[in-house]
This record gives sequence, structure tokens and C-alpha cells, in this order.
Amino acid sequence: MNVQAVTDSVLVLVILLNLGMLASSRLATGVRLFALQSLLLAFLPLAEEALEAQSPGIHAFIIAGGTIAMKVVLIPYILLRIIRTGEVHREVEPFIGFTASVFVGALLVIGSFAVAMRLPLPAPPASKLIVPVALSTLLLGLLTLVSRVKAITQVLGFLVLENGIFILGLLLLKQTPLLVELGILLDLFVGVFIMAIVVYHIRREFDHMDTHLLDALKET
Amino acid sequence: MSVTRVIAAIPEAAAVIALPPLLLSIVVKTKAWFAGRVGPPWLQPYLDLYKLMNKGVVYSKTTTWVFRAGPIVNLAALLTAATLVPVLSSGSLFGFAGDVILVAYLFALGRMFTVLAALDTGSSFEGMGASREVTFGTMSEPALFLSLIVLAIGSKSLQLSEMVGSQLFAAWGTVGPAMLLVVGALLIVLLTETCRVPVDDPATHLELTMIHEVMVLDHSGPDFAYITYGAALKFLLLGSILLHAAFPHPGWPLWIDAPLRLIELVGLATVVGAIECSMARLRLNRVPLLLAGATVLGALAAVLTLTGSMR
Repeated sequence: MNVQAVTDSVLVLVILLNLGMLASSRLATGVRLFALQSLLLAFLPLAEEALEAQSPGIHAFIIAGGTIAMKVVLIPYILLRIIRTGEVHREVEPFIGFTASVFVGALLVIGSFAVAMRLPLPAPPASKLIVPVALSTLLLGLLTLVSRVKAITQVLGFLVLENGIFILGLLLLKQTPLLVELGILLDLFVGVFIMAIVVYHIRREFDHMDTHLLDALKET
Repeated sequence: MSVTRVIAAIPEAAAVIALPPLLLSIVVKTKAWFAGRVGPPWLQPYLDLYKLMNKGVVYSKTTTWVFRAGPIVNLAALLTAATLVPVLSSGSLFGFAGDVILVAYLFALGRMFTVLAALDTGSSFEGMGASREVTFGTMSEPALFLSLIVLAIGSKSLQLSEMVGSQLFAAWGTVGPAMLLVVGALLIVLLTETCRVPVDDPATHLELTMIHEVMVLDHSGPDFAYITYGAALKFLLLGSILLHAAFPHPGWPLWIDAPLRLIELVGLATVVGAIECSMARLRLNRVPLLLAGATVLGALAAVLTLTGSMR
């Protein structure tokens, strides 16, 4: 088992976790799957440097540490807390059914593989899987974002979308200054924090967190 | 085919015919062990078959020849498939390029006749079981074929015994993650096709929840023995395909190969028993999600191998 094989397996597992999130109707399961995905991704910068036969630098360690602290511990904790305090535990009626969304997700994955093969890159990536996996994570996050009704799941979709950007950022790790990476993590945290407060208020005000009910201006 | 191969084929074929009820016994014993019971004796499935063979048959007046043909055609199709699937050694009795399609559709033929026989009785319960069986069969077929595509690419062959033969050893090295996905997909197909938990519960006897068992309610005596034996044989065949794909042996001599395969089969039956104990049957409308998952696993594996995304 060399680094290459492990990295490839992890990247494939990331796609599977994405599809698992699409298939799970329990909100808490979705959040846990997201935490697991982020944990796997946190080790990628280290693997990336190991693939290029360097010993991992301080830069990669800081990003890995920041990702774990933020996306594996803090954000899932906040989201699980909201779910625990609220009465809603399941996504009941998504706009696209679970089986259908898994199939759509699979099509998006296939599409991103097809696109990634034709994509001209400035530098060849460490693993051929990075670009297609990043694209499919982005698209699947977007799919979760648009096809679910519960506010928590939409936050989850946004977070998965960000994970996709994180994978894509691995390509440019050496070019991206540390400050930018940390800035993104901070933005993400603030974003989730605000969304958590918003979800909390939606629930207090309306006793549910179905966002599509907010479309109606008047209460009937 | 060399002379030693021909001589070795006779005891192997005998073993393949004798093994299936033993695997069922292992599954039952595992379940009993999990529940803290002793379970029925090891030879119980054989004794059951013997008992059934000595019984008389009762045919309903509404049934036609289709009802009588059902169990026989099913067993014949599975026995034919058994000659094409490598079980204990790495080779099968017969084989030609493209026989993988024949194997898949022999399974389908067996299922079709079981379903027709169920419909022939005119019982609404059996019709319900038939409709479920066909629905799930339709959904597990794409997963099976996508997995077979990956195996065909990995081994560069269309003959089943070669597709899951020693050529896969190289495939595991280059497209390992894709092969793992295929093994996952094949496991779900195995559980679906052999009517095991989480898709169907072979132990249940409530007509509203049964799938396979409800279709064979009207069969009795030797006919029912054929059906029970056929189900066990199907488990052995699909399990062998799964095991050969999961653990390719790099051309070892027969005396290492065959006992190792036997141990793997026992292991697989134990795993299936453990799955049955550790989870409940899925709700009927959640099963398509599981099968969609298997199809997606197969599709993902096919994409990974086809685009050559691994190095």
C-alpha cells in the first residue's frame, strides 16, 4: 500500500460519502457523514506533499489542523446541537426523491469525470482523481443545496460545496498563501454560525425549518 | 483441457452439487450463535431435502403445466449455470467467450419460471410476491452487469472463469478502489438475488412481507425440494463469483486453491449470517434505494476503470 493507492481510495470514498449524504434521510447521519468526509480531506494536503516526495511542510500541517478543528469538530457540533434541540430529525419530502437524487448524483459524477478528462490544467495534478472528485463534490453539494427543503440540509449542501473547493485548492496548494486558506476557513465558520442562528430563528418563529414554506408571504 | 483437469473435474462437480445445503446450514448456525442458541443440526438442510423428496405432490386444479415446469426449469437453469461458474478451482467445466451473458440470463430464466409458476396458481398473495421479485430483479440486473463490465475490462476477457481468474490480480494492483466498489455491488446483488436480509427475510412466514417464500407457497414435495435446493445453489454460484472477484488467486495448484476457496465460502456464509443478525429487513420502499446504491457503485467503478483515472 503506497501513498498513491491510499490517496486514490480516499478520493473514491469521498464520492461515496457524498452519495451517502444524498441517500440519507436522517439529518444527523448527514452531518456525521460530512464530518467523516472532512476528516478524510484534512489529511489530503499531507498526502499531497508526500506524493511529490517531500516531507510535509508546516503549511500543510496548519491547513490539516485548521480543517479538523473547524469542519470535523466545531461545525458538526453546532449542526448536531441544532438538530438535537429542534424536533425535526428527518428530511421528509425533498424536491427530488432519495433514489432519484442518488441516480442524478451518479450522472453528475460521470459528467464530472468526462469533463475533467478534457480540462487543460497548468500543472499535472498529483493524482488524476483530484479534479473529477473535486468537480463531483461541488456538483453534489449544489444538488443537495437545491433539492432539499430543510434548512439544515441546505447548510450541509453548502458545506459539501466548500469541501469541493477545498479539494480543488489542493491542486494549487503551493501557490495559495496560507492566509487565504485560513481566511476561507474563517469565512466558512462565520457563514455556518450565521446560518445556525438563522435556522434557530426560523424554527422559533414558525415551528419548522422548511424553507419552501417561507416563499408564502402571508400566513394562511 | 489436460487429463488431470478432467479427472479433477469429477470430484469438483460432485462437491459443487453437494455443497449448497451446507452453506445454508452455516448461515442458520451463525444466526443461532448470535442469538445464543445451538441451532438445528448441521445436516438439517439435507434431511429436509430428503424428507421433501419422499413426500407426495399436491397440484391445485387451477394450475397448468407452467406450475409443474417452474421448479424443474429453475433448477435446470441453475445447474447449467453451475457448469460455467468457477466454484472451487479457478476453472469452470465449460466456458467460451461471452458465456457471462449466458450465466446472467440463465439466472433470469430460472427466476422467470418461478414467477410464472407463482402467477399460474391465481393466488393474489403469490402474484404480489411475483411482482416484488420481478421489480427487485430488474433493479439488481444493472448493478450485476456494470460489475461484470468492470471485471471484463480488468481481466480483458469475456469468459466468466477468466474474468474472475488470476488476471484480476493485476487489476487489483492498478484499479484497486474500483475493484472494491465492484465487490460491494456484487455483495448487494448476492443478498438481493438470494432473497436475504436486508432485502427479504427467508425466515419470515407472513405473506404480506415475504418475497421469494410467498411465491413458492403452493409447491409441495419434490417440487419444493427443487426450489429449496435451487435457492441454495444460486447462493453458492453468486457467492463464488463474488469471492473469485474479491480474492483472485494467482494460479496456485489445485490442492491449495480448492480448500482455500472452501474456507472463503464458509466465511462468506458466516458474513451473510452476521448481516442477517445485525440488521433488520429494510422497509419495502427503501429497497430500491439500496439497489440504486449498488448500481451507482457499479457505475462509479466502471467510470473509474474506463477513464483510466488511476495513474
